[in-house]
Amino acid sequence: MNKNSSGFTFLFASVMVIIVAILLSLAVIGLGPYQEQNVKIEKMQDILSSIRIRTESKDAEKVFNQYIQDQVVLNNKGEKVTGEISAFDIDLKKELDKAKTGDTDKQLFPLFVFKKDGKIYYTIPTRGKGLWGPIWGYIALEADMNTVYGASFDHKGETPGLGAEINTEEFQKQFVGKKILDESGNFVSVKVIKGGAAPDDIHGVDAVSGGTITSNGVTEMLKRTIGNYLPYFNSMKDSTGN
Amino acid sequence: MATETSVAPVVVKKQREAPFSVKNRKLLKDPLNDSNPITVQVLGICSALAVTVQMKPSIVMALSVMVVTAFSNLMISAIRNIIPDRIRIIVQLVIVASVVILVDQVLKAFVYDVSKQLSVFVGLIITNCIVMGRLEAYAMGNKPWPSFLDGIGNGLGYGLILVIVSAIRELFGSGKLMGFRVVPDFFYEKGYFNNGLAILPPMALIIVGILIWIQRSKNPKLIESEK
Repeated sequence: MNKNSSGFTFLFASVMVIIVAILLSLAVIGLGPYQEQNVKIEKMQDILSSIRIRTESKDAEKVFNQYIQDQVVLNNKGEKVTGEISAFDIDLKKELDKAKTGDTDKQLFPLFVFKKDGKIYYTIPTRGKGLWGPIWGYIALEADMNTVYGASFDHKGETPGLGAEINTEEFQKQFVGKKILDESGNFVSVKVIKGGAAPDDIHGVDAVSGGTITSNGVTEMLKRTIGNYLPYFNSMKDSTGN
Repeated sequence: MATETSVAPVVVKKQREAPFSVKNRKLLKDPLNDSNPITVQVLGICSALAVTVQMKPSIVMALSVMVVTAFSNLMISAIRNIIPDRIRIIVQLVIVASVVILVDQVLKAFVYDVSKQLSVFVGLIITNCIVMGRLEAYAMGNKPWPSFLDGIGNGLGYGLILVIVSAIRELFGSGKLMGFRVVPDFFYEKGYFNNGLAILPPMALIIVGILIWIQRSKNPKLIESEK
């Protein structure tokens, strides 16, 4: 058959496409387990970052299990839920999206409780919108469920040098010591302030210069997602008589 | 009377080229200097700007481009005589895209930290003109093994430039090399600042321009004759 005939061209294209599809599928299926493991390790590293522990990938799982005290799943009323899904495996994006369809009573929120040097810390996963795509992170509160112990953030495609700065140590360490409740115990969250927060502002940190929209995304994300845990925190405080 | 002399056709036995003959070694050496893909062929500039902020991603990117170019060259060369003309470019694209996806998947599975830094760029390898450029210029008209070597050679030439540019940008832009702090602390205390321009893309272009300048003044083969 002449290689330039329509028949051969069609045949060639079809065979090539089938072979390529098979090869790529095999590769993705074969490599899948390794990739999932890497994503899992990375999640553990990010959560540990929020309680100010840095790990290498090879130690992440061990260190995580060393410090983790409890992995709690909460519903939107702040009640503990036990069921098929573990806190670690909850897809936060899916849970938060349930609010869009009005299914807030079906939402499940993961909470990670750590014990470090004898003290308890609560790590809350957060997720929101940056300028170009999603942003997410983990924020750890001390046992008083008010003071921030640490935070780690990341993003998918924010601008390097601008919005992308939210995943740097410099941005994240600002959150240490800030408080999410005001003097009367009302939830005010921590705001990322354009132009800089006042030095004595316990509810504000400096925004990224040139990364206003991403910074605003962080503010919004923190307010919305930490807010989901207030029912649980309040019930904890009531039961201890605070 | 016509005299027909029948002459037995002279059969010239095609010499099989030794795998690393002088001609094949040239395929590896030339792209490092005389026909460097970035400074002479002026291909692959875009990724040279984006990835060279630090050395480590640059090296991984260079290795990825080398692997993709070499194996795409090899595969296209192997089927070069049966590719229908009308779908030639599309076939090249499919092969390159598949190799790139494979490279991306392997990186994600085995060097996850690095693959995150490269994320977007790995997918952009297919748009790197070096890959398509070498396919058209060499692989479509040459045998598989030399085509493979040509891919390796061009990958090395590309890598050489990437390493030089990224070393300069990382050193002056962050005071580090390969992630290790090189500029001592007392420099910063005396008032030394990391150069902010170095981590922005235009710096890569400036450095490449300077490299082209240096290369042309030193390499006699690249000096164009006076008209």
